[in-house]
Amino acid sequence: MHKVDLSMEHITKIEGDAALSIHAEDGKVTEVKFGITEYKRFFTEAMKGKPIAAIPSHLARICGTCSNAHIMAAIEACENALDIQPTKQTEILRSLTMHGLIVRDHALHLYLFCMPDIFGKDAFLDFDENDEVQHQMLHDGFDIKAAGNYLATLIAGRSVHAMYPVIGGFLHFPSKEGVDEAIAKLESIRPAALRLIKVFQDAPDHFDWKSNYMALIADEGFGYLNGKIRTSKGEEYPESEYRAHLEHTVVPYSTASAYKYKGESYMVGSLARLNIAKDNLHPKTKESAKEALALFPSTDVFLNNLAQAIEILHSIDESLDLLKNNTFVPEPIIKKPAREAVGVGVVEAPRGTLYHKVVLGADGIIREGEVIVPTGQNQINIEEGIGKLVEKLLAEGMTEDKIPMEIEKLIRAFDPCMSCGAHFLKVSWI
Amino acid sequence: MENQEKIKLGWFSFSCCEDSTIMMTEIMNDHWQDWKRIFDFRHVKVLKSHNIMDEFDVAFVEGAIAGPDQEEKVKEIRSKTKYLVAVGACAVVGLPAGQRNTFTEAQNAEIDFLITRFGALPKVLKVSDVVKVDVELPGCPMNTEMFLKAVDTLIKTLRPNS
Repeated sequence: MHKVDLSMEHITKIEGDAALSIHAEDGKVTEVKFGITEYKRFFTEAMKGKPIAAIPSHLARICGTCSNAHIMAAIEACENALDIQPTKQTEILRSLTMHGLIVRDHALHLYLFCMPDIFGKDAFLDFDENDEVQHQMLHDGFDIKAAGNYLATLIAGRSVHAMYPVIGGFLHFPSKEGVDEAIAKLESIRPAALRLIKVFQDAPDHFDWKSNYMALIADEGFGYLNGKIRTSKGEEYPESEYRAHLEHTVVPYSTASAYKYKGESYMVGSLARLNIAKDNLHPKTKESAKEALALFPSTDVFLNNLAQAIEILHSIDESLDLLKNNTFVPEPIIKKPAREAVGVGVVEAPRGTLYHKVVLGADGIIREGEVIVPTGQNQINIEEGIGKLVEKLLAEGMTEDKIPMEIEKLIRAFDPCMSCGAHFLKVSWI
Repeated sequence: MENQEKIKLGWFSFSCCEDSTIMMTEIMNDHWQDWKRIFDFRHVKVLKSHNIMDEFDVAFVEGAIAGPDQEEKVKEIRSKTKYLVAVGACAVVGLPAGQRNTFTEAQNAEIDFLITRFGALPKVLKVSDVVKVDVELPGCPMNTEMFLKAVDTLIKTLRPNS
């Protein structure tokens, strides 16, 4: 019997730290453990006893790169608990916060984490400035990241742990000069986003992994904050049913090895969003990325990278519309008295659907809470996908020393976030 | 810096949300050309796969120390670096990563089995509880200007003729 035991202590070029172990016998993978190497920081436990106003910035600290998505989900959960309806301007500023996040976070993932694999380099900074294409990519990558960072900073105060968005509104409003500069920066990076789409459209790696897909999608548009939870099977859960959806379909499986939906694994993230709702993208994005969009819906996990590149273009086009067609004026924060209530917030974080739940007491103190992160939902998919990939590579006769590199590429395509996942992945096997 | 060796740099993350890592990659947007010339990114897992753990001129350490393996690792880093910079609130003051240090008895009862299962330290430590820290850059995330000032000072100290 030929046995293969692979152990990867540290997966590099992902958010946070992850380890992997695989056991195969005679070409069949019998065990895959994709898990954490980080210590828990107990964010949901620490919610207990905190005043509701402290919750968004508290939960932001779950993860640096996803922090602004955590803030948005927490604010929505808290506003639902307090029965606060945000103003139209607040909704626009929150959309812009998400677009800034999508641009900078996807760019980090695509240029710094994934692109070295395509160009046969160890690091993005190893790209050769004397090579025309690599020189262009280096400049494109940092220019796109900088534009997303600028937008997030202008609107939300910071691209990490934003200070301006709070329960009931914003503490600061963008100046006309800032908006003009954001417009100029976003317009200047649009050609770079088109080049990025082309790189990932032509990328050599493919791996079909048939799955179910789930995402929060609006009836019109593609904005990451509102809509119904939709599945690739055509089911949908409106906002009024978020809590029931969470409690009756997502959470009951949390005592199992990972999250499932109605007993089956599912994938969340850019690929899921485009598979379910590519027609909702901005008209200019659809026009400019027509050829790439024709590849969706797809079961190729590596097209999650292409989907992210297309979302960068969409967020540029959406942000340009929102910045050009609105003026921003100071507004007071909406405040309401505390009440005994449960609030659920759902957003599409860069890596997929993110749920926050708060249980509020009449004294304004949080009794308990719950957080379900995208990487937790993708965990089974990642493990099953790795298993299938390793079986395929062994069948093709790939030697064991080359397999880890291929596994890392697949893991990066899923774009896991271990800073989030460390606290919510199920680790019963440890 | 053609005639001088590049500055050997390490970036290590322990128990934290890695917000300062993200800030570093954002600061890089404006400084990558200089950094590419000046720094040998010797051990930076967010940037590369082939990381070398031999010796560093500067090691940036992010995050609090939550387990015995992290205690050993940060001691090893200290032994291999000329300067050790603690970045971000978790490294400098141990919070919020160490919020369990102040949990109530009821909260501790809920998490004790996980502390045992993961073999975590009874109390989460700040970096200076374990090793000597040369520079502290507090903030959640670290402050961008302070980081750039520290980097500038380190370059002038390590490569005075550059």
